[in-house]
Amino acid sequence: MRAGKRFDGLAFVAPFVLLYLFLLIYPLLRGILISFRREDLFGGGHFVGLANYAELFGDPVFWQAVTNTLIVALLIVPPLTIIALLLALALNRATRGAAIFRGLFFSSSVLSVTIVTLIWRFVLAPDSGLVGEGLKAVGHEPLPFLSDAHLVLPALAMTTIWWSLGLPMMLFLAGLQQIPADMYEAAALDRASRWTTLWRITLPALRRTVLLVVMLQTAAQLQLFGQSQLLTAGGPGGASRTIVFFIYETAFVRWQLGYAAAGAETLFLMILMVTLIQYWAINRDREEAR
Amino acid sequence: MNGRLSRPALVAVSLGAALMLAPLVWTLLLSLKSNEELMQSSGTAFRAPWTLQNYAAILGNSQVLHWLANSLIVSLGTTAGVLILCSLAGYGFARLDFPMRRPLFVLVLLGLAIPEQAVILPRHQLFAELGLHNSYPGLILPGLVAPFGVFFMTQYFRSIPVDLDEAAMLDGASRWRIFWKILMPLTIPAQSALAVFTFLGSWNDYWWPLISATRSERFTLTVGLASSQMNYAQTSGLGYLMAQAVFASVPILIVYLIFQKQIVRAMSGAAVR
Repeated sequence: MRAGKRFDGLAFVAPFVLLYLFLLIYPLLRGILISFRREDLFGGGHFVGLANYAELFGDPVFWQAVTNTLIVALLIVPPLTIIALLLALALNRATRGAAIFRGLFFSSSVLSVTIVTLIWRFVLAPDSGLVGEGLKAVGHEPLPFLSDAHLVLPALAMTTIWWSLGLPMMLFLAGLQQIPADMYEAAALDRASRWTTLWRITLPALRRTVLLVVMLQTAAQLQLFGQSQLLTAGGPGGASRTIVFFIYETAFVRWQLGYAAAGAETLFLMILMVTLIQYWAINRDREEAR
Repeated sequence: MNGRLSRPALVAVSLGAALMLAPLVWTLLLSLKSNEELMQSSGTAFRAPWTLQNYAAILGNSQVLHWLANSLIVSLGTTAGVLILCSLAGYGFARLDFPMRRPLFVLVLLGLAIPEQAVILPRHQLFAELGLHNSYPGLILPGLVAPFGVFFMTQYFRSIPVDLDEAAMLDGASRWRIFWKILMPLTIPAQSALAVFTFLGSWNDYWWPLISATRSERFTLTVGLASSQMNYAQTSGLGYLMAQAVFASVPILIVYLIFQKQIVRAMSGAAVR
């Protein structure tokens, strides 16, 4: 082999790797640096050590955003996982009807967050929304979903569940397809009831997928942004301000880049923790299965 | 599992499907009403007369069409770029030996664990320094950094038997020829899944274009729609707004209907990694 050949491979990966270093790794490191500085969007500023973080952890607005984000994640992830699992169990069959239902339940996932919020704004609006019209029809006062501090997070959760049901359902379906048919045949020979089969065979076989769905969705919902910004602008009174919306406002409305970066790094650590728990739990599960 | 659904299960699934569909049907009905009638009561949406005037207004509005064109340029540009970069890198990592191969591959895999939140602010600052905001390259470049695409293509190249390359090598074919003429045609299933996945992600992206494209002539459809719903009070009425929602959904729903299999495969693949 010619000596030059040793570097052929480098030529193939270089375009991607250079862009990756420049647009992902470099910003990642620079972001950490910015979080230690007092800085506006267009440079300048000076090093302040941990001052941004100290201020952040004493900032009631940030804590409200963290609490809101955790609540909305909690309102979304468990119902989403359960509904998606039930749908997958019901639709895991080779009929044409099941295929149509699967396609339907997945369809909302291809819409952008702006379309979803545009649709849901006028589903939820008390004076002109679908839910309001429905409540009026049965003689009930319309509910102010988007302007009541107690209703706004459930409303965002409802919107998000409607939007993101498709992918978890598909992941559960893929998991169901991987369960060996002979396990079911053995259960049938033992005259196990459908209920027993579900609890003893299907659900244990799906536990890795359940873990995957819960962790992926938790990581995704910790980053909930568009719904909060577009449906309610974080209101009323910050009741629906999420962490990413806090970062957006701090950076692009109040122009405090260093402070926003401290928020972003804090969120990054939260997401990283979820990801690490996911890898750890799935690996442990694999080793136990051996 | 085969066979039919039990009756209670069928009722439950149908009810769920109705809940899924209701917001979409409601949007469609509102978009077909005149704005004056909706001012009185949105309940009139359930009754005739319906009209196409809101759609006519969109087609007469160069701004919305302009956003649509921007979305197409950005999404197609991103998709082409990702396919090229990830195929090259995937082939390199899967087939060739070179210094630093393993550490570089591990570095790329680490990218899978880095969320957009960790890089978006410094990236915004960097692009401001480079004067890239409100430009097509500014909207396209961040989407090209797709570690999942590299991972996906590397796996796919590895699944192709090496005998093929070796036979071609004996015939004196160059590396480039082997890559381009022999292996690339075999990766079309992976390319199409990655293409549809990338297109969809780029088409629906909101956070980056929101902060990078601040002038309305560079808005993508997502950002444009966001701006019209924020300014809803001052503008054009409910029916018109809902027609925009339908108008923006139709292209992507068509893509979905055609490429359903690829979309599901790539999205599940990205989730499982």
